[in-house]
Amino acid sequence: MMSWLFGGMIIISVLFASVSGHISELSNSVLNESSKAIQLVLTISGTICLWSGLMKIADRSGLTAAVSRMLSPITMLLFKNMDKNSPAAKAISMNLTANLLGLGNAATPLGIAAMREMEKELHDPYTASDNMVTFTVLNTASLQLVPTTTAMLRLNAGAAAPLDILPCVLVSSLVSVLSGILCSRFLAGMGRKD
Amino acid sequence: MISAGDFIIPFIMLCIVLHGLWNDVDIFELFIEGAAEGLSVIVDILPSLIALLTAVGMFKASGALDLFAFAAKPLADMVHLPVELLPLAILRPVSGSGALAIFQDILSTYGPDSYIGRVASVLEGSSETTFYTIAVYFGATKVSNTRHALPSSLCADIAGFVMSGITVSLLMQ
Repeated sequence: MMSWLFGGMIIISVLFASVSGHISELSNSVLNESSKAIQLVLTISGTICLWSGLMKIADRSGLTAAVSRMLSPITMLLFKNMDKNSPAAKAISMNLTANLLGLGNAATPLGIAAMREMEKELHDPYTASDNMVTFTVLNTASLQLVPTTTAMLRLNAGAAAPLDILPCVLVSSLVSVLSGILCSRFLAGMGRKD
Repeated sequence: MISAGDFIIPFIMLCIVLHGLWNDVDIFELFIEGAAEGLSVIVDILPSLIALLTAVGMFKASGALDLFAFAAKPLADMVHLPVELLPLAILRPVSGSGALAIFQDILSTYGPDSYIGRVASVLEGSSETTFYTIAVYFGATKVSNTRHALPSSLCADIAGFVMSGITVSLLMQ
């Protein structure tokens, strides 16, 4: 899947740029984007290290287990065959908590930890499990309760009430998350038949 | 201006530190240990990020993104999504910073309280950078067959885009 995505975008870009005359922009972007990727990683690496440090403390002191117990009714509903005391379930619960609070930078390292825990339970190490897919879908759809960054930008642009969009955001997010989950359940069932 | 959001991160840090001290764990040693593990995570995700961000950047620079926006116009009309928002909707799943730049541009051009400005805000606030998330999450594992992760995530994104036009026209106009 990723090979097709990666290859497809490059093929389309090169062909399209040759036809439309954007070839010099394309050439520049090849050189710039790869160094921008390094810059991006450098800017997020501080927070990744900070949160993995803090989460290590939370894990050892028992805080993670407490949060994960509170969320376990929801995680058990979404993830199949999961022991609620397993490291994977703990990491998933912490990631979902961070997402709901809108802590994108904290959610990422926790999500990576959850993926690595779920990876240990794989039968085929190169193929994603249903639970890994469900978890990724939850993270690509926005679970955030209050869109703080969006509200801040609206405030700066002079909005009368920056958070007046909140009901619309909540309805849209909910429909989006449900569609993703339903779609993944449907496709998981299809994949198993053949 | 002080907002409630500003309290969340410091408050969580405070909880973690207090809970750690209360339960008598060596919070400094554990922090250092965890932060070092964070470094290895960064090294793991970097290669897939370079691959994906370069491909996305090429896609934008070649003008193919604009052609996609043009082709999707009839669909957008059906769900009350203004055509001015198509570049934002297409860029949202692939580039968080790119989408943020376009979003800011839309807010200053049309105003945050206009129909376009509001739909853009709902769209921006109710979606995530899908491709980045998938690249980072699966990049940290050995999994190469992501199965239906991408189609399902894109389905969620499309539902979110459609709903942002519908909710604003139903709830706010």
